[in-house]
Amino acid sequence: MADTTLRGMPASTTRMQAPLQITARPAWLAALTWVAPVVLVASQAYFIMASQPDRDMGHLQKIMYVHVPAAWNAFLAFAFVFIQSVRYLWTREERADLMAAAGAEVGAVLTGLTLMLGSIWGRPTWGVWWTWDARLTSTAVLFLVYVGYLALRGLTDDPERRARWSAAVGILGALNVPIVYMSVKWWRTLHQMQSTPSTVDPTYAWGLRSNAIAFLLVLIVFIGYRYRGLLAEAVLEHRQEEAALNRRTRA
Amino acid sequence: MTAPTFVAPTILSALRADFGRVRAVAWKDLTAERRTKSNFNAVVAMAALILLFFGFALGPDAEGLRNAASGVLWLTILFSGVLAFNRSYQLELEAGALEQLLLYPGDRWAIYVGKLLANLAFVFLVEVITLPLTAVLYHVAFPQLWPAVILVLILGTTGFVSLGTLYAAMASRSRSREVLLPLLLFPMLVPVLIAASGATASLLVDDVMGDSRAWIRLLAAFDAIFLVASTWAFQFVIEG
Repeated sequence: MADTTLRGMPASTTRMQAPLQITARPAWLAALTWVAPVVLVASQAYFIMASQPDRDMGHLQKIMYVHVPAAWNAFLAFAFVFIQSVRYLWTREERADLMAAAGAEVGAVLTGLTLMLGSIWGRPTWGVWWTWDARLTSTAVLFLVYVGYLALRGLTDDPERRARWSAAVGILGALNVPIVYMSVKWWRTLHQMQSTPSTVDPTYAWGLRSNAIAFLLVLIVFIGYRYRGLLAEAVLEHRQEEAALNRRTRA
Repeated sequence: MTAPTFVAPTILSALRADFGRVRAVAWKDLTAERRTKSNFNAVVAMAALILLFFGFALGPDAEGLRNAASGVLWLTILFSGVLAFNRSYQLELEAGALEQLLLYPGDRWAIYVGKLLANLAFVFLVEVITLPLTAVLYHVAFPQLWPAVILVLILGTTGFVSLGTLYAAMASRSRSREVLLPLLLFPMLVPVLIAASGATASLLVDDVMGDSRAWIRLLAAFDAIFLVASTWAFQFVIEG
């Protein structure tokens, strides 16, 4: 990389790269803005109508068409945060940082949705709003890790410092996911408590897959728009900085 | 590539210089702490307060307290120790000390390891007081497997302090550092809390189920991963 010096330590003087610009909304995003909701509504409606009520859970099972796709896509969003964080530290492109931020915001929303729907589903199914199951508990921990990530972004003013710090937090947080999962799992098994049903009836598999794709489209649209919003904010910040500097040199 | 005979002494002397820097940073932090003692006294008082408060909340029943002892011990270590980390950087923020520190030649990781060692020494000293206090207040008998308990303390504290030292470098320089550090740090420490209190709990009853070994292994793995990751990440956190 031209903009990094020895040992991957970037020189602060080469911070400014190609200036950020607000570009016109790309055609694919404009198209997806319409396609994603249509696919989502169609997929939800079709599988809610088409699938038979579950023998034990009745129509309650259909909450899975939102819960499971939300969970899968939340993990995808956090994988995206991880990749963009690594990319930021590697290339120091401000775009990568903004994409990581957009991914974390959307991922946190989806994780919150997953937890809430899981709780609503768990109450009639397991008889409790919450159980200390490994997946449930580690999802809650993951949610808090990314709430911390977003809080750090909110409480750091300097954009370049914010980008570096949140990239480090994003990478370490992702490293921790399997360790948290394993530790909660062992904690459960060593305490010998009830296990939870972890398999889904095969008749629902297509409903889950189709809705997962619908959610993926929504995820892409959300990240796309949040990225554009953050980009506009960053460009504004840069222009304000520039204007302030010009005023001082003229005075 | 130069011949190995020329490379070896260069690496050795570079390492020796790095260790000198590590020692200097650790010694500087510990000297500042030793001469004021304000932080240590406050953190120990806080730990005693937390132990008393958990006792009040969990009730006076001796059996219940004994069962809760290991979890309470670790929560006390985490809740009191977290108060110490921000101060480790606050000292640097006054009078531009951090800029000076960064201007010295050498790798940035030496600053991290130095601060880590100072914080480790600090938290271990707090534990020297917290541990017997917990035993007395929560009616815990002296465990037969005390070397293993000490091993768990060392491993658990290392995991805690390695991430705490890194995250405090960010939190102490942000707005509202008091809230941000625990909010960033504690979700990351879930494996440490689970494994350390699990291991301590089974060691206090002489490890009859034999499950402390699994927890100790988990702690060791956590330490190894996050010592390396934090040392690597520190260079990005500290610059600028």
